[in-house]
Amino acid sequence: MNCIIIDDEATARTIIGQLCAQVPDIIVLEAFPNAIQAIKYLNQNDVDLIFLDIHMPDFTGFDFIQTLKNPPKIILTTSDAQFAIEAFEYDCIVDYLVKPIVLPRFEKAIQKAETTTSKAPERIIPVNAVEIASGNDLYINIDRRLIKLDIPSIYLIEAKGDYINVKTEEKNYTVHSTLKKIEEKLPDSLFLKVHRSYIINVKKIIDIEDNSVLIKKDVIPVSRSNRPELMKRLNLL
Amino acid sequence: MEQPNLSYIHSLSGGDKTFEGKLITIIKSEFPEEKNSYFKNIESSNFKEASEIVHKLKHKISILGLEKSYAIATDFENNLIENSDEGKEAFKNILEIITNFLNTL
Repeated sequence: MNCIIIDDEATARTIIGQLCAQVPDIIVLEAFPNAIQAIKYLNQNDVDLIFLDIHMPDFTGFDFIQTLKNPPKIILTTSDAQFAIEAFEYDCIVDYLVKPIVLPRFEKAIQKAETTTSKAPERIIPVNAVEIASGNDLYINIDRRLIKLDIPSIYLIEAKGDYINVKTEEKNYTVHSTLKKIEEKLPDSLFLKVHRSYIINVKKIIDIEDNSVLIKKDVIPVSRSNRPELMKRLNLL
Repeated sequence: MEQPNLSYIHSLSGGDKTFEGKLITIIKSEFPEEKNSYFKNIESSNFKEASEIVHKLKHKISILGLEKSYAIATDFENNLIENSDEGKEAFKNILEIITNFLNTL
């Protein structure tokens, strides 16, 4: 099996590489310190298996999985057992390894990966994506496929380097674009930029506390300069 | 106080001294960076950022066989997430013990 390793810690990448070297038929193609680099790689290459750290800054392992339309098999690696329940929500996750990983447990995970029904990975990662708005719809270009989003279902857009993460009621999408570009496509009546890295759907706010808003499970910072506009939008008693 | 050891690294290497040297070099390079970043964040009361670094450091604590320290670090990480720095001194002691140990390698 061809695999890649995604972990922000060099120590962890080295350890997983060593464990792979001790198991027959596992070839490590690349190791990445963050998910964005891996996304670029996966856009050009097919892999059978990903060793994926959950806890990474900016872009977590689960964020990464949600960018994959048809992901390869994934073995999660983490220092916490607390995410195990969430891991069961993803069919692509074949096992969950808690660090420090020992060889017998690692071999068991590889066996699981080998015996799990294979899914052909697709190249799914958005490149040069653009947004096209039409009425209540917004089309995002993902791998030359225009995907329709229902604008009111978008509750949060966050900037992630060269990408934006568009969160909807149904699913999250990572698109190669900018906040400025998508902001132009969204109705002012619903959306507000509250921070240089965040646009929120004001109808989806759960509560506001000091300089942050709670939207679904996301706590989003509000810049001092954007706070007056946010307060103006609220139907305050 | 428990002391670090290389048992995990030895079991992982299967006797491959080159790998052991490589991994120790990486830990010796990565650990001080993470430690400095942790202290900067804790001094600035950036508890969320500090918790993320504690999370990374936990892996090294476990690699060095510090089981009790790992539990202390986990509690401290949770405190930081809840915006409290309770456990800061105990965690500082763990970092000192690891620093001293790495200096002997």
